[in-house]
Amino acid sequence: MKRVYILGAGATKVGEHWDKSLRELAVEALLSAIKDAGIDKREVEALYVGNMMSGELQGQEHLGSLIATWSGMAGIPAFKVEAACASGGAAVHQAFLAVASGAYDCVAVVGVEKMTDALPSDVTAALLTAEDQEYTVFVGATFVALNAMVYRYYLSKYGVKQEHVAQFAVHCHRMAVANPYAQFRREVKLEDVMSSPLIADPIRLLECAPTGDGAAALVLCDEEYLKRNPRDELVEIAASAAATDIFSVHERKDLSTVASFRRAAECALKRAKVEPERIDVLEAHDAFTILGVLTLEELGFAPRGEGWRLVVEGQLAPGGKIPTNTMGGLKARGHPVGATGVYQVFDLFTQLTERAGSNQVDNAEIGFAGNFGGVAGTTVVHLLKRVR
Amino acid sequence: MIFSTKVGISGYGAYVPVYRVRDSEIERIWGGEGAPVEEKSVPGLDEDSLTMAFEAAREALTMSGVNREDVGAVLVGSESPPYAVKPSATVISEALGVTPKVIAIDMEFACKAGTTALILASALVASKAIKCGLAIGTDNAQAKPGDELEYTAGAGAAAFLISELSSDSVAEIECAFSYVTDTPDFWRREGEKYPRHTYRFTGEPAYFHHVISAAKGLMEEVGLKPSDFDYVVFHQPNVRFPLRAAQQLGFSTERVKPGIVCDKIGNTYAASSLIGLVRVLDQAKPGQRILVVSFGSGAGSDAISLVTREGVGKRRSSLSTLLERKIYVDYGAYTKLKGLLG
Amino acid sequence: MVWSESVPRFWRERARKYRLVGGRCRKCNSIVYPHRSVCPHCGAENMEPIELPRRGKVVTFSVVRHPPRGFEGKEPFLVAVIELENGARVLSQLVDVHPEDVKEGMEVVAVFRRYREQAPNGIIEYGIKFRPLK
Repeated sequence: MKRVYILGAGATKVGEHWDKSLRELAVEALLSAIKDAGIDKREVEALYVGNMMSGELQGQEHLGSLIATWSGMAGIPAFKVEAACASGGAAVHQAFLAVASGAYDCVAVVGVEKMTDALPSDVTAALLTAEDQEYTVFVGATFVALNAMVYRYYLSKYGVKQEHVAQFAVHCHRMAVANPYAQFRREVKLEDVMSSPLIADPIRLLECAPTGDGAAALVLCDEEYLKRNPRDELVEIAASAAATDIFSVHERKDLSTVASFRRAAECALKRAKVEPERIDVLEAHDAFTILGVLTLEELGFAPRGEGWRLVVEGQLAPGGKIPTNTMGGLKARGHPVGATGVYQVFDLFTQLTERAGSNQVDNAEIGFAGNFGGVAGTTVVHLLKRVR
Repeated sequence: MIFSTKVGISGYGAYVPVYRVRDSEIERIWGGEGAPVEEKSVPGLDEDSLTMAFEAAREALTMSGVNREDVGAVLVGSESPPYAVKPSATVISEALGVTPKVIAIDMEFACKAGTTALILASALVASKAIKCGLAIGTDNAQAKPGDELEYTAGAGAAAFLISELSSDSVAEIECAFSYVTDTPDFWRREGEKYPRHTYRFTGEPAYFHHVISAAKGLMEEVGLKPSDFDYVVFHQPNVRFPLRAAQQLGFSTERVKPGIVCDKIGNTYAASSLIGLVRVLDQAKPGQRILVVSFGSGAGSDAISLVTREGVGKRRSSLSTLLERKIYVDYGAYTKLKGLLG
Repeated sequence: MVWSESVPRFWRERARKYRLVGGRCRKCNSIVYPHRSVCPHCGAENMEPIELPRRGKVVTFSVVRHPPRGFEGKEPFLVAVIELENGARVLSQLVDVHPEDVKEGMEVVAVFRRYREQAPNGIIEYGIKFRPLK
């Protein structure tokens, strides 16, 4: 396998982009990443588009050719990659494999989701396409409700207080203040989180990642290409791994663990020959606060049932034991679903290239991102290393 | 009519939804007085005559111990099927696991369809066309808000598994008598949401004429008299009517009271007299004779005479539990449950 | 949506939905709902259909306050993971109970109910839900 490097990265702000279409957001992020890479876009040999819901929300599929054309790159191979909320991570994974395999020297990946075109009920329905239509959607369970059942099970099993887990949202909002790309650049108090409306008990509104639009993009290349197009701060994708779990939550043997993440993380850490404690910056898939805490536990940063302690003790901030979601995470940076996995890598790239401003983690060398699809029926992880 | 072979009930069941609204609550909204019942049953948002029929039928089938493949008929009597065209009987049969070799049919005769299903199932078994048959009466009665029907329109179901008479039978179905005329006291036209009725015309020429004629007809045909019956159950649109019918026929109040349930669940239409029968079977001893007389608008009555056998009392239905298990709702919640909020 | 108004799609699932037909793996003994040809746990292609028991207990639950398409006007309603007497787990609705009265471990029993209507003039999809045993 060839080594794979991030030559450039770009993104739009996450938010309600009423005046921009799905394709415009994708083009903006993609061209910005190519510009950051300092190459001519005609050098890009293939394009991977991470997206989940364009078919449902825009009635638009065939995004590969569409985005390639609107970016002025028609002619290259281009495909949409879909794996629910892990679509972005899965697209990065495919782009990584394309370069690692030697098939291409330089490829681009863009994750994009445009959620504000549709009514909330249609977004709910579109998100539910990630679940079993016959036996989960059929019973009226929403995506929030499925996560809420995991949450309740976890709280009962370990006797954890909800406000300790909910603190994860407070942390993310605090981090997002300094991130110009974040959807919510404002702090929230724990009281606000705990008194926000119930969406699906016990999950409250401010424990959920918001609905938003956004696109993030990367240009990846191999070592030879890099030599021809050098850049100063360099980041390598030391490992890209993915795993699945049994699709439906109720069929899994344990509701309080995230098996697909554990599997993918073990694989990536092994390939990169890195112990978890060497991770300097972590991107957790906190679509709901509980998932952030479970991510910490799966990586062994806290025993089972005690991940909340890291949150409450402030260990997730830069300078803490495990700086996590330092750009705001899904909760506050935003969660434009199919773009999220790419935003996670973009945020790690920001840290590893020392562009994180007041949120900069000193001497960040290793970044790790976990991107969940469905209730983690799929997980894609990326391990990034700064190259000096 | 007397069946050519002796047939009996080998299992029975009832269903009443958990929700109740008190008539005083309906009076609070519409200003009525002198409510005909105390409270009535209200189906959940996800219940209809079909789901209630299934619950009653499953209980009857389980109680009987009969093999599914021996059920040769599923006859569903109702005036409130969820579809205008598409049988409830097929869904119920499929859910019970008795498809595909089964006579399945939806039957309509206002509140009388349930007892007619019982007679036809008995006749099919008596003729040996089938081994066992399920007869179901079920309704989710609809009433225009504010209409006097709203005080009583309830929801419930009852089901009976009919087989050839055996030592294990709950009761023998001794004989039956039907009496019908063209008497339009209550109707609902195709496409209309709520039924119309004729106020006092529903009494003397409709309910009482048919109920009394059928009861008398049955007793005359087989040579029985009121004192031969331990229990008598009438269709119960309210508490007053069955008591008055009993009095006119010469039955003491003690014989009719055990089968009255409408004060607690309202008028369950095609299930009304059959839930009354379930109530009586749940308290009867072997060797007692029961008279059941239904009434269906349009109009007609079925009178059925039953004699309890050794199987009675060995197994009881869940009816007494269902009558006690209740969640009271106010008129606002009631309108939501009835789907009146659109 | 094309897929939410498909009649054949609902029709072919009817036995599994009406009668809780699950599958038992002849190799690893896992019991799953619904029945399928391949065991999701051990991969054996040796599953037999079985009707699952009608009683179980609540493992975990949630209250849906923002309903998905097809369930508008029904909120709030309860969804739960139920563990049946033989260990099989199903995802279902809990009915005939106030959300505040539901507890993990609560004993429940299957009932037959409406789930959704494909359209006001479309077919009604029925299936199994659970209510408190007591």
